[in-house]
Amino acid sequence: MRNHRLALLAASFLLAALPATAQSGAELRFVLRSEPKTFDPMLVDDEASETIRYLTGGVLIRVNRKTQALEPELGVSWKVSEGGKKISFRVREGLSFSDGTPFTAEDVAFTMQKLMDPELHSPTGDSFRSSQGQVRVTAPDPRNVVIEFPSAVAGLERLFDQVAIVSSHSPKKEAAVLGPFAIAEYKPGSYVLLRRNSYYWKKDAQGRKLPYLDSIRLDVQQNRDLELLRFKRGEIQLINSLDASYFESLAKEAPAAVRDIGPSLDSEQIWFNQVPSSPIPNYKKKWFRSTSFRLAISEAINRGDLCRVVFSGHARPAVGPVSPANLFWFNKSLEPNPYDPQSALRRLQQDGFRFDGHVLNDPDGHSVEFSVVTNAGNKYREQMAAMIQQDLEQIGVRLNIVTLDFPSLIERISRTFDYELCLLGLVNVDLDPSAQMSVWLSSSSNHQWNPEQKTPATSWEAEIDRLMQAQASTNDQKQRKSYFDQVQKIVWDQQPFIYLVNKNALVAISPALANTSPVVLRPQTFWNIESLYLSNQGRGGDQ
Amino acid sequence: MKLLRRTAAAFLIAVFIAALFAGVLVPVPYAKQFRDSPNAMPSRIHLLGTDELGRDLFSRLLYGSRISLLLAPAASLLATIIAALVGGVAGYAGGWLERIALGGTDLAMSLPWLFLLLAARAVLPLNLSPAASLLITFALLGFFGWAASARVICAGARGLRDSDFVLQAKACGCSSRRVLLQQVLPNLRPALFAQFLISIPVFILTEANLGILGLGVSEPLPSWGGLLRGLENWSAVQANPARLAPLLLLLVVVSCFQLVLRQEDFAP
Repeated sequence: MRNHRLALLAASFLLAALPATAQSGAELRFVLRSEPKTFDPMLVDDEASETIRYLTGGVLIRVNRKTQALEPELGVSWKVSEGGKKISFRVREGLSFSDGTPFTAEDVAFTMQKLMDPELHSPTGDSFRSSQGQVRVTAPDPRNVVIEFPSAVAGLERLFDQVAIVSSHSPKKEAAVLGPFAIAEYKPGSYVLLRRNSYYWKKDAQGRKLPYLDSIRLDVQQNRDLELLRFKRGEIQLINSLDASYFESLAKEAPAAVRDIGPSLDSEQIWFNQVPSSPIPNYKKKWFRSTSFRLAISEAINRGDLCRVVFSGHARPAVGPVSPANLFWFNKSLEPNPYDPQSALRRLQQDGFRFDGHVLNDPDGHSVEFSVVTNAGNKYREQMAAMIQQDLEQIGVRLNIVTLDFPSLIERISRTFDYELCLLGLVNVDLDPSAQMSVWLSSSSNHQWNPEQKTPATSWEAEIDRLMQAQASTNDQKQRKSYFDQVQKIVWDQQPFIYLVNKNALVAISPALANTSPVVLRPQTFWNIESLYLSNQGRGGDQ
Repeated sequence: MKLLRRTAAAFLIAVFIAALFAGVLVPVPYAKQFRDSPNAMPSRIHLLGTDELGRDLFSRLLYGSRISLLLAPAASLLATIIAALVGGVAGYAGGWLERIALGGTDLAMSLPWLFLLLAARAVLPLNLSPAASLLITFALLGFFGWAASARVICAGARGLRDSDFVLQAKACGCSSRRVLLQQVLPNLRPALFAQFLISIPVFILTEANLGILGLGVSEPLPSWGGLLRGLENWSAVQANPARLAPLLLLLVVVSCFQLVLRQEDFAP
């Protein structure tokens, strides 16, 4: 018992001592892979601007990137009522913007009114728009604010993670911020310098003001090879997302700097063209609309090999539209389709297909041959296509690989529908299923396998429509989860998208950076930016 | 020098034979993926190791040589013939014909041919076999790659047009056709040959670049261009220097071509 106490005492002493090793005047450096398009938090639509907003913006509610739970920030408490149409916040007292202007509920009301102004065309505001009508925002007193929407907004609280509050009174407008850092300098095409916000309200367990870092320099650098080189030289301390080959290369030189955090939210998938008006032969349309055919193709693909060979083991066989990284929404009862070419052949033979040992023929005698299109220059997709080509050869299917430049590919899959099978990836940034509405509703233009249907072409698509609408119209999370689990099951059964892999989130963090705790959600490495510091002992540590 | 030429010729013959009988020489098919040994080091089974998908690099090099050694010279020949016709006639005839031909050549050179190739690929049917896509790729290269050579040949033909022996031939009453075929073209042979030779590695490398844009030789067929793309992964090259084999072979083959087919041999 005494030993345990001593150990605890020593551990708490070490924890308390951690920031004491921090460099004074420390500057964290990493790279923005594109020029930020805006510094206005309401107009953010690109990753670089999103990074700036995350580092500078103060929000009412924050999604904890590690637990994926909601945490109070500027809003001390909140209450959703009227079935998701109304939300009331009680905001924190005694806070100031980075220019010293006091923060009140009036600023929240001003931010929401501006955000929901249709003239502003705010991408962040669009996620709150579930129907036509005015949003009413009232601030009855300096600590309370009430926001009423014309109809229920699914996952309403979570959306406030993206809403950086701006000042209604500050002459600096959106440059006055409530986040841990404020923009100090910007040289277009070169860098953005952020300095510590001296008015920031958070303190650590010992009562020290956060953040620990004095500044962050974000260099605009598109070239990934240079980014890697600069990391190796110690000129930058973070790489927020690495691909498998860069990861492997860096792991050889600096194994302590690289981390594989496990499956990310991103997936790679293929889908067959099921558009009735597409310019492909009718017998092929018949194959592609057959669930058995799609299931057989899915079973004939060796996902384990794709993960192991193409991604050097830094990927997992995908199950469906939700990655296991999405802790709450992932349907845990589903498993990836097993690799079983014999089962695939049996399935096809039951449908009248004949395999002569080399070639698979359909019941009308057509040999099964189709092409897969993917974007040129993406090494991983080209390699996946080559592996799928060999896998399908085992069941007598001849696959032709066509790599196209991106505009030509988009033209084919969304306008002319002149393609047979497409291999692409999906980058997910939102955990909530409502963000996928445009993919699953049969009337949507993003319903890739058969978009913009006037009425659902199949009964299972009609069921997906119903379930997606149902989950969006209630605020009961348990009920929503039940609806979305059913959607995932239908997709698993029908395979309109044949999910291949979920790539792992791979990052690089300098050992000099302390308190790091990388996660799969963006921003993977600096989500806890307030707690990060550079150790003057040259080696930091993990939380 | 003679020994060097003979050695070069022997090497080229050996490469051609090896490429032609690749099916007999290679231990494993070029498309077979040994998925348990991707990026393998050279061994008895895989003489040059394997690529990222575990395919035998030696097999791919031999089959790739067959494709590149047959089709890059064919594309180069096509481009040189077009260049000889346009440049030779323009330079010899002079006047308005030369102005029009040179204007057309300049226009062809100023066209964003890369985008034209992309547009051409975008309208091609999707279900082309790898062999058909290969032929189309090199045919397009030949059709689009003549303009620079035409300018050089035009300059050469213009110089010959005013030369003493051409004037003498004309004074003797030779017809324009005879002068063109018997006096001008033989004297243009070194220039034509140089253009033909220069174009071969250019087309091989262009095919590699087109691969990045989706117009190269499609999987699973190998080509030198496709194999050169493997050099992008520098850490894999460092781990297995045998991956440089396609680059070395390209350099040696082009050098051997230049040694064996000397320009003097083509002088009239």
